[in-house]
Amino acid sequence: MSELVKGPDADNPRNDVLLAVDHVTLRFGGVVALDEVSFEVRRGEILGLIGPNGAGKTTCFNAMTGVYRPTTGEVRFDGQRVSGRKPHEINRLGIARTFQNIRLFPEMTALENVMVGTDSQHKTSVVGALFRLYRVRPRPDELPAVTAPGGAVRAWQQTRRTFAKTFGISRHTLEERAGERKGMALLRFVGIADRANDLARNLPYGYQRRLEIARALATEPKLLCLDEPAAGFNPAEKEELLQLIRQIREQGYTVLLIEHDMRLVMGVTDRIVVLEFGKKIAEGSPAQVRDDPKVIAAYLGVPADAA
Amino acid sequence: MNFDELFGHFGQHTVDGLAKGAIYALVALGYTLVYGVLKLINFAHSEVFMVGTFAVVGVWTAMGATDSPPVGTLILLLVAGLAAAMAASGLTAVATERIAYRRLRRMNAPPLIFLITAIGVSLVLSEAYGVWLARFFQGDGLGSQRLVVGMPAVIKQDVLFSVGGTDVTNIQFIIFVSALVMMAGLDQFINRTRYGRGVRAVAQNPDTAALMGVNKDRVIVLIFLLGGLLAGVAALLWAIRYGNTRFNVGFVLGLKAFTAAVLGGIGNLRGALLGGLLLGVVEVYAATLTQSNWEDVAAFVVLVVVLLFRPTGLLGESLGRARA
Amino acid sequence: MMEIIRSWNDRRRDLAGGVGDRWRALPRWQRAVAFVAFVGFLYYLPLLGIPGLTWLRTDYVPGGNNWAGVLFVCAVYVLVAIGLNVVVGLAGLLDLGYVGFFAIGAYSVALFGSTQSPVVKALQNQLGLPQDWAVAWAVCLPLAIALTMISGVILGWPTLRLRGDYLAIVTLGFGEIIRIVARNSSWTGGPQGIAGIPGPQGAPSADNDIFGFIDVKPWYWLALTVVLAMVFGVRRLEQSRVGRAWLAIREDEDAAGVMGVSGFKYKLWAFAMGAALGGLSGFVFASRFNFIDPTQFNPQLSILFVAMVVVGGAGNMAGVALGAFLLAYLPERFRGFEEYRNLVFGLALVLVMLIRPQGLIPSRRRARELEDRAKEAPANV
Repeated sequence: MSELVKGPDADNPRNDVLLAVDHVTLRFGGVVALDEVSFEVRRGEILGLIGPNGAGKTTCFNAMTGVYRPTTGEVRFDGQRVSGRKPHEINRLGIARTFQNIRLFPEMTALENVMVGTDSQHKTSVVGALFRLYRVRPRPDELPAVTAPGGAVRAWQQTRRTFAKTFGISRHTLEERAGERKGMALLRFVGIADRANDLARNLPYGYQRRLEIARALATEPKLLCLDEPAAGFNPAEKEELLQLIRQIREQGYTVLLIEHDMRLVMGVTDRIVVLEFGKKIAEGSPAQVRDDPKVIAAYLGVPADAA
Repeated sequence: MNFDELFGHFGQHTVDGLAKGAIYALVALGYTLVYGVLKLINFAHSEVFMVGTFAVVGVWTAMGATDSPPVGTLILLLVAGLAAAMAASGLTAVATERIAYRRLRRMNAPPLIFLITAIGVSLVLSEAYGVWLARFFQGDGLGSQRLVVGMPAVIKQDVLFSVGGTDVTNIQFIIFVSALVMMAGLDQFINRTRYGRGVRAVAQNPDTAALMGVNKDRVIVLIFLLGGLLAGVAALLWAIRYGNTRFNVGFVLGLKAFTAAVLGGIGNLRGALLGGLLLGVVEVYAATLTQSNWEDVAAFVVLVVVLLFRPTGLLGESLGRARA
Repeated sequence: MMEIIRSWNDRRRDLAGGVGDRWRALPRWQRAVAFVAFVGFLYYLPLLGIPGLTWLRTDYVPGGNNWAGVLFVCAVYVLVAIGLNVVVGLAGLLDLGYVGFFAIGAYSVALFGSTQSPVVKALQNQLGLPQDWAVAWAVCLPLAIALTMISGVILGWPTLRLRGDYLAIVTLGFGEIIRIVARNSSWTGGPQGIAGIPGPQGAPSADNDIFGFIDVKPWYWLALTVVLAMVFGVRRLEQSRVGRAWLAIREDEDAAGVMGVSGFKYKLWAFAMGAALGGLSGFVFASRFNFIDPTQFNPQLSILFVAMVVVGGAGNMAGVALGAFLLAYLPERFRGFEEYRNLVFGLALVLVMLIRPQGLIPSRRRARELEDRAKEAPANV
């Protein structure tokens, strides 16, 4: 697997707490969307967040990624407080997410969508993009190639090569190239590289979902939050997604997953947290959660004491 | 900064400001109604007001009005002026909706396009009047002499009563009362009638309102009409108070009225009244303090300050609970 | 290097507007040659004396001398349009007070470069300088750009967080405030304005042989060079991470935020750069005409600027340049209808918005976005 796709903990697996949701309460006017929710995500694990509709799963995501600000409580990531910060700051700290209702940039191509993600790790400033003064000595393979047989075109190519040798190549150009390389590697990793130059709005549904994942990975996060990544998939596609999520973890990323499909959740997660009406009602391994009467009651509506 | 002048005649300046502000409030109601439902700043509303003033001029000229006519004639003039202004303004407002905005709504145009169209309509209306004025009154229309059109002073400004050293003139009194009456009427209409319910429903959730049988198009025409009628009243009051008008009288007034609407809380009817009165008062104080023509700047400064520190306005947004 | 540019430009090529389709189908070297030829034609334009083509010129006297003057104004307006396009077309912010930046640029060179300005006179007194001292024209240029960028940041910082329509009103207010301050303050010469604004050769005098009063052609060539340099600069930005960020913010600001793009930072940069370009155009404008006064910087001019961008095609530099050229040139061509000018602008605005909102030469993305929105319109709207 390409070097470019590796996550932060690929070569150095650890098991400490990466994300701590600490007694987070979120109120919208009179509605309590999250009520003293607390759980942890450990580095390197795949944690599932499940619950019936309206339980507050996406709201929890939004609180973690800066879209909402918790009314009380805090969210800590890698030791630092993230609740209350702006979304792009939280992304820089290492949390990336996808959306339940796919929010790609429709008029950009798949590759451009991913490159917005890779940009976040680049150093070229606005002034740098304009004036391109910061120059770097290029390696021989990075210089413009001289391929034409002869004539004016060859002369032009040779001039450009000499120019690049003398003046170096701007950081902007190098980062653009690096961004493209990494973008293509990520597209290959999620399996949609064949349509890299198609507009996002023209991609089939499955490709769009995977593009969202690739774009999120491009921001080099430590924690990847997937909000119902399998919605609308048929069983075969869900199986592929399962494989992909496992591979993502193998590459060294930590994954937090919201899903409705029980088979997917049971199949891929290490631990599960269950929410109902904004409260955490259960937590544990898939086997424990599956047999927990409170969870069964939440999904089936049977009173707990009649179980 | 001339504080002596301000505090020496504080009451008088306040009354003057309130009278000024009442006219702002009437025009502000038009802005706030349209924004509350459509989330659109109707730039053309300033020209709706302007058209109303010219309607008054037309009617009064046709009736041969003179300064300070006898009471019977005066009442006739006022009624005729009011009717003409309300008709002209209402018609203009509805026409702009029909011709320009409806088409944009059908196209589901983004807000930027709406705004630019509104500006265009405003420009077309004011320039059309400007050109027509220059030609009509000057014959050959050469040069761009855009006239200030005068009107007879049908009500002679006179002190009506005094409260502790502060004089309230008859004109000011009329303005206050008219504004309050219109405000109360509008409030009743919005809160007590089924049409008003329709307006509130469309403001809060247009699609659901449609599902409940509310005809969205009719509601929108209604709010434009209401805004136009109120602007017509403001036009008559303007005619009584200032006695003149010009093709671009709407521009600065419109900006200030919009500021007033934002100040009070966009989409909030009572807020428009409060905002208008407050803005009028602040302007008069600023003019007194600085003794020069910085008063227009006062309105913009107020606008910026409000938007920075309390963008929902003093009374908060209502009608539509607008959230970006 | 080539593949990146080609692939990025390929994509831009695919996305270009209808008129641009045939253009962009040409191989790269042909486009380069055509562009160079076009630029050459632009420089030649003031010398255009071909009898058959004199109907293009706005002066009816053969060999008449106002053609270059008109071209100069067109060039300045194109520069304004390019700058406003960065704000409106690329970052998606409606700025109705752009004339404010234009004014600040003009007043920068006036207040610091003219020996008749109150600021210069005050400096002369304070520092004991001779009566004919003023800040050199060349120094006024970075000064103008710095002042406009600073004012752009001051204006943008608190207001860019506001909703789009509020931003529009606040910017309109800003333009008005600048005009009122210029009119009322004695430091800016009050309603009489400021005369004696220098050009590249110094204070206006009969000795200025190139940049003088009589021959406007060098002024036009100067303005044209500035325009070309700025077009080059803006294109560079568009084709970098900055352009991508602006596009992402326009398409979905929240999703962009979650991907690490700070909406506020890039919008503020767009605003500041737009302001700088506005100031630059004001600077060039004032240098040529030697005299400015506050009535020139009125809100109708701001609306005209917005009209140029929107009618031409927001987001597309060729489009806005065409819009600017038309709205600067046509009134001159049809001088007799001076009075109807603003009326026609207003009508043009409304008609274009109702019939072809993406503008004359649209950016393909914009045209598609508007198409999509129209299709999505709910039935009972």
